[in-house]
Amino acid sequence: MHKIWLILQREFLNRVQKKSFLIATILVPLIFPAVIGVMVYIAMEQEKSAEIATVSVLDESGLMSLEGNKKFNFVAVSGNLEQAKAAFNQSKQFALLYVPPFELAKPEGMVLYTKENPSIRKIGDLEDVIENRVEDLKLEKFNIDKETIKSLKTSVSLKTVNLKESGEEKDSNTGMFYILGFALGVLIYMFVLIYGMQIMLGVIEEKTSKIVEVIVSSVKPFQLMMGKILGIASVGLLQFTIWVVLIGVLSSATLNLFGVNMPQQQAMEQVMQQVDNPEAQAAVKENNKIFELLKSASEIPFTFIVFNFAFYFLGGYLLYGALFAAVGSAVDSQQEAQQFTFPITLPLIIAYFGLFMFILNDPHSTASFWFSIIPFTSPVAMVGRLGYDPPLWQLLLSQALLIGGFILTTWIAGRIYRVGILMHGTKVNYKVLAKWFMMKS
Amino acid sequence: MTALTATGVTKRYTNHLALDQVSLEVPEKSIYGLLGPNGAGKTTLIRIINQIIDADAGEITLFSERLNPKHIGTIGYLPEERGLYKKLKVGEQLLYLAQLKGLTRAEALEKLKVWFTKFEIKDWWNKKVEDLSKGMAQKVQFVSTVLHEPKLIILDEPFSGFDPINAQLITQEILELRDKGSTIIFSTHRMETVEALCDHIALINRSHKILEGPKKQIKDAYKTNTFVVDHRGDISLPADKYDLLEQHQLEDALWQSTIRIRGEQRPNELILDLVNQTELHSFIEKIPTMSEIFISLVKEDPTQQ
Repeated sequence: MHKIWLILQREFLNRVQKKSFLIATILVPLIFPAVIGVMVYIAMEQEKSAEIATVSVLDESGLMSLEGNKKFNFVAVSGNLEQAKAAFNQSKQFALLYVPPFELAKPEGMVLYTKENPSIRKIGDLEDVIENRVEDLKLEKFNIDKETIKSLKTSVSLKTVNLKESGEEKDSNTGMFYILGFALGVLIYMFVLIYGMQIMLGVIEEKTSKIVEVIVSSVKPFQLMMGKILGIASVGLLQFTIWVVLIGVLSSATLNLFGVNMPQQQAMEQVMQQVDNPEAQAAVKENNKIFELLKSASEIPFTFIVFNFAFYFLGGYLLYGALFAAVGSAVDSQQEAQQFTFPITLPLIIAYFGLFMFILNDPHSTASFWFSIIPFTSPVAMVGRLGYDPPLWQLLLSQALLIGGFILTTWIAGRIYRVGILMHGTKVNYKVLAKWFMMKS
Repeated sequence: MTALTATGVTKRYTNHLALDQVSLEVPEKSIYGLLGPNGAGKTTLIRIINQIIDADAGEITLFSERLNPKHIGTIGYLPEERGLYKKLKVGEQLLYLAQLKGLTRAEALEKLKVWFTKFEIKDWWNKKVEDLSKGMAQKVQFVSTVLHEPKLIILDEPFSGFDPINAQLITQEILELRDKGSTIIFSTHRMETVEALCDHIALINRSHKILEGPKKQIKDAYKTNTFVVDHRGDISLPADKYDLLEQHQLEDALWQSTIRIRGEQRPNELILDLVNQTELHSFIEKIPTMSEIFISLVKEDPTQQ
C-alpha cells in the first residue's frame, strides 16, 4: 500500500506541477463564460446594427401592398419584369420581389431576385411578412375580425407533480432534470475518455523510456498500475473541483455585474419569500415558467445527486482506466494503440448516444433500464437518470454491478499489464493479449 | 559464504524454454560474470532474481534466505535497456526511485548528497533528464542503482553507451563497492570487461549453464600447454613431441612461433630443446582468453543445433 501511495503521489505531482495543468484548470472556467459572453454580445450588436433592407416590389396582382417594419422597407415599382430587373441591378437595394397575379387560396409564383445569396433567416423573415399579408387578406375575404382570431389563441402549461405512494406531492420539472442529466452524463463521458487516455499515454511513456524495468524491480506491476490510475484520478478530481468552484464564483460575479443579482440560492430564497407574500403571488404567476424552473432547482436532491455522481464518476473512470492501462502496456507507440482503444471507447460512445436517444427522453423505459444497469454504460446512463428518481433497487443493483465491473476489468488489465510492460517489439493482437492474460504468474 | 544460490531454476515461455535447470552459486563479495550469447537466458535469470517474473521451478536463496519481497531493497539493478523519466528533474527522480526501494525521503537525500559531490554533478539536481547527454543520464542511472547500498548489485551490460572516461569511473566505483562488501553480478558479452573485472564466471548457452567457477581455475582448465616463443634462427622440433601451430617473422631473422607440447613433457623440456637449436628471446605460456573459451564452448555445446 505504501508503494502505491508513493506512485500515486508522484503521478499526481508530475501532472499538477505542469504548466499545462495550471493553464487548463484556470482558463477553462474563464473561457466558457467568456466565449458565451462574446457570442451573446456579437449577436446583440448585430441585431442592433442590422440595416433595414430595401425590397422593390413589382406587384402585378394588386394585392401585395406590404408595410415596412424593423427589417424591411418596401418600395413599389411599376413596369414589366425586365424593366424592374434592370432598375434593380442599378440600385443598391437588397432584393426585388416579383408578385404575379395569384389566387388567395393558392399563393404561388412569387420570385425573389437578389444580387448575393441571402441568409435563410432573412428569407424566412420576408416570407413571414408575405404570409401575414396573405392571411390578413383571407381574413378580410371571410369577414373575420382580427381580434376574434387573437382571442382564439390558447396557451396551456402543465405543472407536473410526482405523487409518491406516501401521498407526498413533489414538484418536478422535467426541463431542469433534462439539462442536469445531460450535463452530468456528458461530463462523465468526457472525464473517462480524457483521463483514460492520460493513463494510457503515461504507461506507453514508461514503456518506451524503458524506466519500467527499473520500477518493476522495486514494486509489483499491479502496484504501479494502480498507483498510476489513482494518481491520475486525483488529478481529475482536483481539476473538476477547481472548475466547479471557479465557475460558480465567476458566474455569480458576472450575473451580479450585469445586475441580475439572482443566481441560484439567492434567487430561490427570494422567490420563496415572494410566495409567502400573497400580494406578490400574482406577480409570480406572471413569471410562471421561470418560477417553476427556479423552484424545481431548489428541489433537486443535491446531496443525493452529488454523492451518486461522485460514485459513477470514480466507478466509470476506474472501470475504463484499467482497460486503458492494459492497452498502454501492450503497445509500443500511440499509433499502435489505436486498434485497441476503439473497442474500449465503443461502449462509452454507445452510452453517450443512449443518453440522448433513450435515457433523457424516457428515463424509465426498458432500454434506459439496461443502459443504466450494465457497468460499461451505467456511469453515463445512470447519472443521466439520477434526477428522474430511479427506483432504489435499480440504483443499488447498478452500483453493485459497477463495483464488480471495475474489479473485473482491473483484474483482467493487471494480468495483461504485468506481461505487456516487459515486452518490446512484439506484434500484439487479441490472441497475444489472451495468451498474456492466461500466462500464470 | 554465498550471496546467491540458484538451484534448478527453470522458466518456460509459451513456445520456448528460457532457462532449463540452471543452478548457480555466487560467492559473497565477488564480481561474478554472467556470460552468454544473446538470447541465452541471462535477462530471464536476472528478472527472476529481481522478482520481476517468477520461475516455473527451482529455488533461489539470497544470503541464505529464500528469495522474498523483502529482498527488493537489498538488490540494485541496472537493466540493459536504460531509462529514466524524461520530464522529471534529476533530483526528484532519484529521490522517487530510492523511496520505491524502501528508503525514506530523508535517508535518500542524505545519500544523494554524497554521490552528487563524488560525481561532481551538483548542478544537475534541477535539470530535467531530457536535457542531459546520454553519458550524464547513465551516471544518474548508476547512482539510482547503488544509492540504497544494495548488498547485491546486478549490472546488465553496464558499459554500453559509456565513453572511456565514464567507463573508467564506473569501473572504479564497482571495485570500491565490492571492497565495501557488495556482491556484483555482471551480465555481459564484452570479454575485455570480464578479463579485467570478474573473479567468478558462469556461462549460459541455450538455456543451460555450461560452465561455472573462479576465473583463474577456468583459465587453468582450458590451458592447452601452448607457448609463444620469440627466437633468432630456424628451429626444427621433433614432430612426435611438439606441434608447431604457427610461425611468422617479426623482423630480420627474428621469428615468433606458437608451439604446443604433445603428451606429458614439462615446459622446461621444450626450453631445453629450443636453446640447443636457436637463440631464445622470449618464452611465454599462451593462456586462453575468456573470449576464446567462450567461443569454443558455445560452438562445441552439444545442445547446439
